[in-house]
Amino acid sequence: MDFLIFQEPILIVQALMDGVLLGILFALIAYGMALQWGVMNIINIAQGELVIMGGYVAYFMYMNGIHPAFGVIVSPIVMYFVGIGIYKLVINKVVDKDLFTSILATFGISILMMQGMNFAFGADVVVAQSDFGTTMLFNNMVTLPNSKLFASAISIIAAIILVMYMKRSKLGRAIRATAQNARAAKILGVDTEKVYASTFGINAALCGVAGALIAITFTLHPYVGLPYTVRSFMIVIVAGLGNLPGVAMSGMGLGVFEEFADYLLGTEFRIASVFLLLVLILVYRRFKLAKKREYLK
Amino acid sequence: MRKLSKKFFAFFSIISLLFGFSAAQAKVDGDTIILGAAVSLTGKYSTNGEHTKNGYELAVKRINDMGGVKVGGKNYKFKVMYYDDESNSKRAAQLAERLIKQDGVKYMLGPYSSGLTKAMAPVTEENKVPMVEANGASRSLFTKGYKYLFAVLSPANQYLEVAIDLAVEKNGGKPVKIAMAFEQDAFSQDVRLGILDAAKRTKSKIIIDDKLPKELNDMAATLAKVKAVKPDVLVVSGHSKGALTAIRQISEMKVDVPMLAMTHCDASKLAEQHGNKAQYALCASQWHKTLTYKDNFFGDGLKYDADFTKEYGYAPPYQAAESSAALLVYKDAFERANSFDTKKIRDALAATKMQTFYGNIKFGSGGQNLAKPMVLFQVMCEGDKCENKVVAPTKWASAKLIHPIPKWSERK
Repeated sequence: MDFLIFQEPILIVQALMDGVLLGILFALIAYGMALQWGVMNIINIAQGELVIMGGYVAYFMYMNGIHPAFGVIVSPIVMYFVGIGIYKLVINKVVDKDLFTSILATFGISILMMQGMNFAFGADVVVAQSDFGTTMLFNNMVTLPNSKLFASAISIIAAIILVMYMKRSKLGRAIRATAQNARAAKILGVDTEKVYASTFGINAALCGVAGALIAITFTLHPYVGLPYTVRSFMIVIVAGLGNLPGVAMSGMGLGVFEEFADYLLGTEFRIASVFLLLVLILVYRRFKLAKKREYLK
Repeated sequence: MRKLSKKFFAFFSIISLLFGFSAAQAKVDGDTIILGAAVSLTGKYSTNGEHTKNGYELAVKRINDMGGVKVGGKNYKFKVMYYDDESNSKRAAQLAERLIKQDGVKYMLGPYSSGLTKAMAPVTEENKVPMVEANGASRSLFTKGYKYLFAVLSPANQYLEVAIDLAVEKNGGKPVKIAMAFEQDAFSQDVRLGILDAAKRTKSKIIIDDKLPKELNDMAATLAKVKAVKPDVLVVSGHSKGALTAIRQISEMKVDVPMLAMTHCDASKLAEQHGNKAQYALCASQWHKTLTYKDNFFGDGLKYDADFTKEYGYAPPYQAAESSAALLVYKDAFERANSFDTKKIRDALAATKMQTFYGNIKFGSGGQNLAKPMVLFQVMCEGDKCENKVVAPTKWASAKLIHPIPKWSERK
């Protein structure tokens, strides 16, 4: 146990800010996963690879002299079509099968994407420089990289656009209807096939935005997608399906929890502690459900 | 039924004859000595796997062009049989089996990375096949009592020890405060053990000892702690991802430390990717082109650098240089053993004492190279153009260490 954070209370502010900024970015990826899981009942193991591929789109622009921040516009467009392509090739064949089949299929896609990115961009770890500078607070004791602030702002904007789109647009309503009851939606004239394809495309586009942000805040490598898949999976599990504000809260909550675990328990327990929290939440949920069932009896 | 079993027997005999034939031929085929290697041509290590292969190939070509290997009065040429291990340790172990048992290879070269070397070493050891490796630095490779494993590179624990000595020297011989962050993998943890030894030796105090999870690409918490406790030296090791993340976040969070020492600056193309943000970082390296070691095949480091660049179109990282050195070691051992017998080759390898363009080579009882120290270079920039200059050990220094690192607020 390390109490440095209490000896230097300013670290609490730093940890809170870092956690929230990190959490918002992860929440964006989880948002796409929750949407697609809820509508199509598919757990997408290739979620992280979609993110990394989105990052490589921004990196490709950067290598060609375009500021990588423009990736947040170009990357989702490219990734939307990549998503539609993957849906038409693979996902539409497994969408109504059991969960295990879709997990295997998306696992295969993730391996293929990793090798494809390795082939196209090489196995080197790369970064795209945004040169956005740093915001200093509290007499320079708290530093916030502007790239992270930019990433959070864009994530929030992307999430708001998506919520509005889901509420206002025809396709958005169709997606929500399909999520509630695919069969009923189909009977009422919703083209569920199109809804599924668009949902997968929208998820890939969200991953594209997140990827472009990761290219300017962290590092890119063809094989680092898995942590993003696992993290978004955890956020969705904690929040529960179909609970979009919950996803944002759970993303930020886990981000802050992770930062504090780092300061208090040590960096080595950072990720382990998040998993422990996940287990505790699941056990608690089960306990609550069991109680409910007892009342029913 | 009987007819069928006869046919099966005949088929089986032909197959085994074919295998027997190829096995007998494979170690020395006519005037060619065949060495086996599994390198990562695909997967996460493919870049370094390629450096390894290019290093091997350049040395094979050079040795063959200069007359080859003289055994029993006859000149032989080297040829390497490659397989792609897909950056996967299980695959590497399978391929070692295949090279030895199926292809009949009797002399092996190492793969890229400590993890893959660790997977292959038990196989070569069990079959009593010598393996000269150039890219597995983990200390645990040399503590298992392997008799057939020889590494031309310095073990991982030596990577950054010299940085601590340097920090103490700059502190007027007094102990220093060390902050360190190491990834949780075999290599980086070995580097950490070296720092622990150095800290004990110099009575220095370790004030931060963070172990970064493998999947982590955010060091903000560690760096915030560093800002709060103000150490004399910050040591970071986490492969290319660790090096790039550290420089990105140190520059973004404006972390001021008098000395920053790390590994994998070369492999991550740190100065190329981060430009002058990487300035003043001290980097551990197995080799640098400006070192003045010499041999008859490549001349010196600068000539090797020029030859390699001409052949492959990029400057050789140390991973390539050490791979080339492995072939020079084999040639020397074959000629001293004057035999193809694996036991005699093994004994000759164990008695190696030579200088190559890459450094001096003399193996310890565990197979590690005892004769070559690590070097530290510092990233030095003029404007946006950055260069790596050797600053320690003093014997090979081509530039003076800049210490302490100027504060971020004072940098242009």
